[in-house]
Amino acid sequence: MRMSQKPQPPSHGLAVCPDPECGEPVDPRDRFCGACGHELTAAAELPAGQDRPTMPIAAPVWPEAPPRDPGSLSTLTQHPGELPGTDSGGRDLPTVPVRTDGPVAPPRGETVRGGGDFELAAPDPRAAVRVEPEAPSGAAPRPSATAPQPAGEAAEGLCVACRAGRVDGDGYCENCGHAQPRERDHMERELGTVAAVSDRGLRHHRNEDSFAITETSLPDGRPATVAIVCDGVSSAHRPDEASAAAARAAGAVLGEALPRGTHPQQAMHEAIVTAAAAVTALARTEGPDAGADSLHGGNSPACTIVGSVVTDGLLVVGWVGDSRAYWVPDDRTAPAARLTEDDSWAAQMVKAGLMNEAQAYADERAHAITGWLGADAYELEPHTAAFKPDRAGVVVVCTDGLWNYAEAAEAMAGTVPADAALRPLHAARVLVGHALDGGGHDNITVAVTPFTPTPPGAPSP
Amino acid sequence: MANFAKPSVPQFSVDVYQNEYLPVGGRDVDAVVTVTATGGGTSGARGVTTGGPAGVVIVVDCSGSMDYPPTKMEGARAATAAAIDTLRDGTSFAVVAGNHAAVPLYPDHGRLAVAGARTRAEAKEALGRLTADGGTAIGTWLRLADALLGGEDLAIRHAVLLTDGRNEHETPEALRAALDACAGRFTCDARGVGTDWEVKEVTGIASALLGSADIVADPAALAADFTAMMENVMGKGVADVALRLWTPVGAELVFVKQVAPTVADLTARRTDTGPRSGDYPLGSWGDESRDYHVRVRVPANAVGQEMLAARASLVVPDPLGGDARPVSQGLIRAVWTNDVAMTTAIDPQVAHYTGQAELADAIQAGLDARKSGDQDGATAKLGRAVQLAAASGNADTAKLLSKVVDVVDAAAGTVRLKAKVAEADEMTLETRSTKTVRVKR
Repeated sequence: MRMSQKPQPPSHGLAVCPDPECGEPVDPRDRFCGACGHELTAAAELPAGQDRPTMPIAAPVWPEAPPRDPGSLSTLTQHPGELPGTDSGGRDLPTVPVRTDGPVAPPRGETVRGGGDFELAAPDPRAAVRVEPEAPSGAAPRPSATAPQPAGEAAEGLCVACRAGRVDGDGYCENCGHAQPRERDHMERELGTVAAVSDRGLRHHRNEDSFAITETSLPDGRPATVAIVCDGVSSAHRPDEASAAAARAAGAVLGEALPRGTHPQQAMHEAIVTAAAAVTALARTEGPDAGADSLHGGNSPACTIVGSVVTDGLLVVGWVGDSRAYWVPDDRTAPAARLTEDDSWAAQMVKAGLMNEAQAYADERAHAITGWLGADAYELEPHTAAFKPDRAGVVVVCTDGLWNYAEAAEAMAGTVPADAALRPLHAARVLVGHALDGGGHDNITVAVTPFTPTPPGAPSP
Repeated sequence: MANFAKPSVPQFSVDVYQNEYLPVGGRDVDAVVTVTATGGGTSGARGVTTGGPAGVVIVVDCSGSMDYPPTKMEGARAATAAAIDTLRDGTSFAVVAGNHAAVPLYPDHGRLAVAGARTRAEAKEALGRLTADGGTAIGTWLRLADALLGGEDLAIRHAVLLTDGRNEHETPEALRAALDACAGRFTCDARGVGTDWEVKEVTGIASALLGSADIVADPAALAADFTAMMENVMGKGVADVALRLWTPVGAELVFVKQVAPTVADLTARRTDTGPRSGDYPLGSWGDESRDYHVRVRVPANAVGQEMLAARASLVVPDPLGGDARPVSQGLIRAVWTNDVAMTTAIDPQVAHYTGQAELADAIQAGLDARKSGDQDGATAKLGRAVQLAAASGNADTAKLLSKVVDVVDAAAGTVRLKAKVAEADEMTLETRSTKTVRVKR
């Protein structure tokens, strides 16, 4: 993914002036029509009154909500004003985190530092015994190594590429020179109610994605599950550090704010703001590859973010950039939905009616993002939305490395295994595998969180 | 806290400058390896060398032509005396008189003398016995220098060779064989005095023996040049340094060139040290920094792959007599990406030295064309050289070029050949064509 050339003001997404008397073409970034002076940003607001998810900023066009069962008693989708964020005493939220009860036990989840559980073909331990480190250059992989074997003790330090040379202290094979998989190349993590998998993909030389998953609880003890996924912007400096910092910061904020009683949507907003600050702070510290940075023309570290909070009966998503959240109901006859609206060139084009979705995403500029976290972000606009799905399903939050291979909600639903709610880690692996099968052109990161609706008649949260 | 054990053997550092990003199908990896030695001879404790003292042999041409004009012989005597005065106490030394044979002038017993007040006076007295007579057979001079230097346990072995004429009294093959025999056994700076010597012979000796080559057109300037050369030798802290390059299976080293302070191709100087590594000799080092341009051709890999294209390490002999050991290293990497912005960027160091190497080649080709009467070819090549020298800020070379061609437009490389060029100017340009400048920072 790359950033568009210049940070842009929020787009109202209109191609022509909405004034029926005027109809002149307008620039998507103009606030007023150049011909008649009609205010364009106001005109872009969606008509109110409809049952639509909450969108604090730059309201996008939402996919149609799933049709509701007429007998269902669950509430409608929440509007932001109905749920003011308060602390656990019902007071307005403090602007800085306040700790009143001594050190807070760390949340159960944490930013993943790599599982070390590579899915790459592990070297055959038998080969390690037979092949000397200084084997002749023609040493081919052992024919017996047809299937990946579990990495044994003897295989430690053997190159995964040629299986003939040992790996030196710098992480390269002493025989064929190939870089060995790094910790972040493939990461997996599973908690009781959420699982995430991140993979370098097949075309990038490092994994610039990151994620954080956390299980915490609301003040009344009901569990809450947090999943954050971030995608580093490759055209900027140190994108891998940016995504790691953002995921870590956002996960930490949610892990602390939710037990304090902060409304999940407010907590998500704060998490994105804090994540942005963490990425911005990176710009002030010199990275280890400062020399190589000069090749990129001085871009500050940057990344996207998408996160989900699943609590009893409530689903909150938040994002900046083009990483997405999808809703996939367990009952696949019910429609799936995309819950986020990309900050991207393609989304702007579609929203402005200049292209249809197929045309826009086929364009090479489709992935130029118009919103990101980082020191050079024009203006931080954290998008959050709250949903109350009336049936069970899973929430998939992912980077474009996955959704490029399952863009439409129906396609995503078709890719998610049927038992995703029961085996979220398996589902996340299947989704990553789907992207790798498709070509793996980008880093792939996906988190899967099962959602259970509030039983009919139960008190609303 | 005082450093009581400051080593006189320099500490080496290796820095690699490269753009590691290759496009799809890209195979050539270019890198500039900067080797810097600090804390050695000149800045360390003088006179304390861990591996034994230095030995220097000064070889003075005393063929018949040295008397035409007689100032050449006088200049050579004065220069040798100045060099002897510059020797540090305790340095082993000898003076060899060379014509069609080589004779140890001082000491005359076939061993080295140890520098001191008495030996210096005796050596300078012996210089009075130098007479110009006979022919020129440089190979025999080098073999005698080798015999003298090889007879002692020395940390630094160096020769200074002065000639004024062509190597007429032995075959080029004999000189070649002598150079091959001496390569790696001692280092040698070569100087041509006057304008009757062959530039390629003198530069060939210097490059084979990892020393410097220069012209001293005016014999009166010899003393200053010899003093500077000897000070340089006295600053050396460690000899027989080598650049060890490891490359992976399937990779090929296209070239290894020293590019600063002068261009010198080391590609053919490789000594294999293992199935995938080889050493390239770098000679003796004091406090100094040199740059090397390495090009490795690796097997093409898929986008997203990363590999180590070469590992550059510096090998320094153990002062206590053990095996040579790598002291510092740098990694040359290859990363395949389809990001055009990353693959098309050329590292500034690589770009600069590619230009400096082309500059040296253009001067050589231009002067060769001029000698063979190819005016158009000479104008084109020397014009390109003027353009490269101007663009890279190589002011010294630009100045030398301006004595051979009239520069019309340096930026465009438009020049006219001068109708009349002093022989000394042309030889100076040819001898110094390999001198480079470093990247402007």
